[in-house]
Amino acid sequence: MTYPLIPAGHVSCRSCHLLCRRFPDESGEKHLCPRCGAVLHFRRPHSIVRTWSLVIAAFLLYIPANVLPMTHVISFGKGQSDTILSGVLYFIKTGMWPIALIIFTASILVPLFKLIILTGLLISVHRKSTWHPRARTVLYRITETVGRWSMLDIFVVTILVALVRLGNIASVDAGPAALFFAAVVVLTMFAAMSFDPRLIWDEMEMPYDEQSSG
Amino acid sequence: MEPITIIRSDPSPFLVACHGCDLLHRIDPLPPGATARCCRCGAVLHRSKKKSVERTLALVATGIILFVIANVYPFLGFQIGGQIRQSNLITGVAELFHQDLWLLAALVLTTTILVPALQLTGLLYVLLPFYFRLKLPKRMTMFRIVRHFQPWGMTEVFFLGILVALIKLSKMATIVPGKALYAFLALMLVLVAMMAFLDPHVVWDSGEESL
Repeated sequence: MTYPLIPAGHVSCRSCHLLCRRFPDESGEKHLCPRCGAVLHFRRPHSIVRTWSLVIAAFLLYIPANVLPMTHVISFGKGQSDTILSGVLYFIKTGMWPIALIIFTASILVPLFKLIILTGLLISVHRKSTWHPRARTVLYRITETVGRWSMLDIFVVTILVALVRLGNIASVDAGPAALFFAAVVVLTMFAAMSFDPRLIWDEMEMPYDEQSSG
Repeated sequence: MEPITIIRSDPSPFLVACHGCDLLHRIDPLPPGATARCCRCGAVLHRSKKKSVERTLALVATGIILFVIANVYPFLGFQIGGQIRQSNLITGVAELFHQDLWLLAALVLTTTILVPALQLTGLLYVLLPFYFRLKLPKRMTMFRIVRHFQPWGMTEVFFLGILVALIKLSKMATIVPGKALYAFLALMLVLVAMMAFLDPHVVWDSGEESL
């Protein structure tokens, strides 16, 4: 069973998957999908440059996000600042290690793995790698799906800030890391969206190409 | 002059290029519940669903009611001794805004309130007329926007956040769950089910003269 690649001069709508034909007019104006109105691209525009910039920015912001305090807690007059990691350690110390594991995974591991995987994918595209394209596509899909769960800590802070508001008895304020951390999550989500997985396959030999052009 | 023409003439069997690797596939009508995957990279090409529009619409209607309840009624209460603090779903956003973290406030507002509202109203706009075989203007654009914003709706992540926050606070104070909390839990499940029951190709195949 063999299938052809998308024929030359055709473009698949990213939003509704309609297969459209392009006349040989590369005037640079934007073409819209006739069915859903999305802008048609053969590949996501400036995919590599955009993804690199977003990944590098996210790497840089990941540092203050982990070093600076995420929350300032006042409890019966005593103040205390917590980073993401010290929050995790608090849960381990109090014996709630399942929660510690959830936060550690969502806030520390997931963003880091996302950045490492995207960097790896970008390098593999640069080197025109032919190493296990399917495995790389799966890695990409995981990166794309799992990223939103990193917002967990931002939401925890939001709820703490909303609830714990009893002046000197108990109150919680968001720390500077919250903003950096949110930026990391948003930038990595945008990075995953701007990477085009078809670039992985572009370097593969195209065994079916002759058939489609024939 | 129209720069693009459509090569597909009849809706099924139809040609689809895999959005993961651009391999061209011809998908014959699938039995309900079946999934067509790309034979090269494994991406899902199409998932066929039974009574997709009816089921999704029922969930949209449920979701709208739950959304209102979740936003109007008290969400959580926080009590130490005689002092109690009541909060609504929007309170966290308001507090972040007051602490001059308006970017953060905007992000939380978007992911927990605005995007779910957009998904519910957008799908109502697209699917209700569809059910009665009516065609409203810009419905394809609306459908595209709804699907585009799907990753930014994060009610299930927010709910996990609530659980973590409550466990964190459980030793410090008494937590009083409000009506809105239960509504929000139900809303989260409804939103997930709504997108799972939706077969986008039913809507996409319903018209080409959209713009």
